[in-house]
Amino acid sequence: MELRKQHDNRNLAPDIPDDWFVPKAKDQDAAEAVVRPSLSYWQDAWRRLLKNKLAMAGLFFLIALAFMAIFGPMISPHNVSEQSLANQNLPPSSKYWFGTDELGRDVFARTWYGARISLFVGIVAAMIDFAIGVIYGGIAGYKGGRTDNAMMRVVEILYGLPYLLVVILISVVMGPGLFTIIFALSVTGWVGMARIVRGQVLQIKNYEFVLASKTFGTKTSRIIKKNLLPNTMGPIIVQMTLTVPSAIFAEAFLSFLGLGIQPPFASWGSMANDGLSTILSGHWWRLFFPAFFISLTMFSFNVLGDGLQDALDPKLRR
Amino acid sequence: MTGYIMKRLIAMIITLWFIITLTFFLMHSIPGSPFNEERNTSEAVQRNLEKFYHLDEPLYVQYGMYLKSVVTFDFGPSIKKSSQTVNEMLGRGFPVSFELGIVTLIVAVFSGIALGIIAALRHNGFIDYLAMTIAVLGISVPNFVLATLLIQQLAVNLAILPVATWSSPKHMILPTLALATGPMAIIARLTRSSMLEVLTQDYIKTAKAKGLSPVKIVFKHALRNALLPVVTVLGSLAASILTGTFVIEKIFAIPGMGKYFVESINTRDYPVIMGTTVFYSSILIIMLFLVDIAYGILDPRIKLHKKEAS
Repeated sequence: MELRKQHDNRNLAPDIPDDWFVPKAKDQDAAEAVVRPSLSYWQDAWRRLLKNKLAMAGLFFLIALAFMAIFGPMISPHNVSEQSLANQNLPPSSKYWFGTDELGRDVFARTWYGARISLFVGIVAAMIDFAIGVIYGGIAGYKGGRTDNAMMRVVEILYGLPYLLVVILISVVMGPGLFTIIFALSVTGWVGMARIVRGQVLQIKNYEFVLASKTFGTKTSRIIKKNLLPNTMGPIIVQMTLTVPSAIFAEAFLSFLGLGIQPPFASWGSMANDGLSTILSGHWWRLFFPAFFISLTMFSFNVLGDGLQDALDPKLRR
Repeated sequence: MTGYIMKRLIAMIITLWFIITLTFFLMHSIPGSPFNEERNTSEAVQRNLEKFYHLDEPLYVQYGMYLKSVVTFDFGPSIKKSSQTVNEMLGRGFPVSFELGIVTLIVAVFSGIALGIIAALRHNGFIDYLAMTIAVLGISVPNFVLATLLIQQLAVNLAILPVATWSSPKHMILPTLALATGPMAIIARLTRSSMLEVLTQDYIKTAKAKGLSPVKIVFKHALRNALLPVVTVLGSLAASILTGTFVIEKIFAIPGMGKYFVESINTRDYPVIMGTTVFYSSILIIMLFLVDIAYGILDPRIKLHKKEAS
């Protein structure tokens, strides 16, 4: 009882001397300080991407391929269209690094020349998809309601179209060529992008930070530019890294059916197609090099796309 | 549910009509007539030929006749092979292509799911990396390249399998392998990532805590939920297998629909191009429709009548 009373007393009127209170040492702040520098979303994503070895390998290959596409034909001692009937179907050697084809043309020079066309087709198709898809999907998602419904009906119909069949039909009609391929790929290609952007915008526009932004009286154009687009960028970039290889693939497919790039121009697809017919006579290098670089490009874009997906969407991170 | 199905049915018919119309007008805007190649045809013969195929009628009349023929499923005679009708060609080619497509789909789905499960269960282990390397390679290598490599190695160098044609189960192995690898890779990756996600869920922990056997956890609890994303891509996979058959049938000299389609493109055989395109498109659209319905049945969380807004 005595003890209890004493205890109570101390609690009610604590008799603590003032000198018990010591100012906190300055260096103790360090424990609470932010250790790592504050990173923006993109810096953080980049950091995560750097850790992904496979994705970095993909990025490295792509840079190397782009470099060779630009400088490869210059490095080669032979001209792209230089024919030499004395040097038909030669296997790879120190003179012809990747061998020659049935007209004695240097496969090395043609491979990098083909890289230009294949990469060009892929990148331009992806950029057109991006431009149309972001605008269309953005408007549909932001406006919502009846506009969205009407716009998405169109997308639904186009989405139901068999992609390659339409591409084939358009190529048949317009005649084969570089422009035809890009046009045919873009006619239905943007639909996927539009769907992704619209879905993202639809979701994000209801988030609190957008509401807050609206409450402050921000203009619509600024909301779209500053709030919506940066937050949809992740899936858009991932979609683009997957569009490029599928466009390159489609070009190869068309070239295989004889609807692709026509001679004297060459793409990897048309070179592989030419090489196919000679593979049984043992001229393996004619198919191997274009096929190898198609596969390497597809591989690089795919692993880079996967890596970007993981890096840009930390919620899915494991 | 029935309301949703009705809406989807109507959308499906509109898409089909769109394809038919698109095909028709695209085909008729091609410069040149299918009879250009014929030599030594007099003016009169030319006119008679055009009259026989109604090419002399105004475009809208031809369009009307074409719509009617599609509805009655009669695509008329081929222009290049005058003794055959498009229906006969489809009747002969479709069973072969169907066989190739279905076998490929089955192989791709089962091996893809198996590969995905193994990779997910051994996450970040050697088998996972091996399976995913196979999957990435499968996506990266075009099927015509794979087909050629298979022919060269297995059929020519080792001579253990026939090079081409389609007459016995042995003949089916190479084309199926070449065609199934890409879709298999896609399914494997999808299965793996959705398995990994599902395996972290609380109900899997509960199942483990109950002391269920790993086999039961994987197949009864995890897989059912992990396979939903796989179902969604089945439609587009079927599409890629279908277009893949053009190339594979050409390489392996398989007498399927793809062969007629590619031939008809090169010879500008309008009725055959239109017939095969419409036929292919119908199959694909019906496929996408069925996948959507199946998805709704498999995943009760998805309210179909709400989805119509999307």
